[in-house]
Amino acid sequence: MTGPAHVLGLADDALVLAQRLGEWATRAPELEEDIALANIALDLLGQARTLLAHAGELDGTGRDADALAYLRDDREFRNVQLVEIPNGDFAVTMARLLVFSAYQHALYSALRHRPDSTLAGLAGKAVKEVAYHRDHATQWVLRLGDGTAESHERMQAALDRIWPYTDELFDPAPDAPVDPAFLRPEWTSHVDGVLAAATLRRPEPAWRSRGGRDGLHTEHLGHLLAEMQHLHRSHPGARW
Amino acid sequence: MVSAAGLRAAAGAVPDPELPVLTLDDLGIVRDLRITGDGTVEVDLTPTYTGCPATEVIAADVAAAIRSAGASRVSVRTVLAPAWTTEWITAEGRRKLREHGIAPPGPVVALTLSARCPRCGSADTREVSRFGSTPCKALWTCRACLEPFDAVKAL
Repeated sequence: MTGPAHVLGLADDALVLAQRLGEWATRAPELEEDIALANIALDLLGQARTLLAHAGELDGTGRDADALAYLRDDREFRNVQLVEIPNGDFAVTMARLLVFSAYQHALYSALRHRPDSTLAGLAGKAVKEVAYHRDHATQWVLRLGDGTAESHERMQAALDRIWPYTDELFDPAPDAPVDPAFLRPEWTSHVDGVLAAATLRRPEPAWRSRGGRDGLHTEHLGHLLAEMQHLHRSHPGARW
Repeated sequence: MVSAAGLRAAAGAVPDPELPVLTLDDLGIVRDLRITGDGTVEVDLTPTYTGCPATEVIAADVAAAIRSAGASRVSVRTVLAPAWTTEWITAEGRRKLREHGIAPPGPVVALTLSARCPRCGSADTREVSRFGSTPCKALWTCRACLEPFDAVKAL
């Protein structure tokens, strides 16, 4: 049985990372990258809308995507902490996109074959989009990791920064449509392959994040939500 | 009473708001049209990309086209499965894209194939960015005539 709480978690992962990637608009290192990050954010937002609406149906509250996105406080968000930490420099953004898109690729590949037809329909579509995201991040991590001494050092520092947040993606979730542990082999195989080709070291952090799926978040999520939600909350029901 | 076939043709003839040279039938995104017992016209549309911002405009345009074709009650649904693929763009759609300076998508395969320049026809082109002005396009440039161009990504 697919639980509404876990679908909400998958929705919030996509929504929060879409918001983070949107922060790069007009600030990316080059025009093409600006467009690429906005496109990836838009794909994630599209996934989030479908998943949020579905979570609202499953939990019986009838809340639509807007109500769930704009009218919950941080403790009600179920995303992993990986997606909420700040963008950092471009290398941190690419390190996170690599690990997250590799996770989403494994997730959506598996969800395509689940009985929940809304999830399966979305997954069949989203997996094709996420393949582009994963490829984009892969190309950058290869280029920066196996680039100059400076780019290598910063790419390694970026991996060190985000790695403590990766285990949380695979924590057990009793109501998940796919056991998160089942996604780990595909994820590891892709990510390890990229790191090796990019001459980067897989970090071995001394700590790991926990609790995003239970509503425990870093201090960064509240600030992100304040920016994302303030217009909707200040002008309830406003229309263009 | 207008026939289902007539309404289906009206829906399919609606231009895409972001690529107005193409109709919805050229793109292959009108998946079904039914007339229910009470006379409501139900149309199934599939988005090209889940986040495509044109989806809502397309739904409104289709509803308007069905109404002006003579139906009073219209309901437009978005269906995600089966997932849209660029294979559904018709031969006519591909010809129109090329004519308007946009390289049509190649076959859906694991690796990126070179796009042919829609201006000079050269295959000596390179991809500048996987992402372009709309979710469905990539940026390319031609080494032969030096012109940049958009290419619809195989999906």
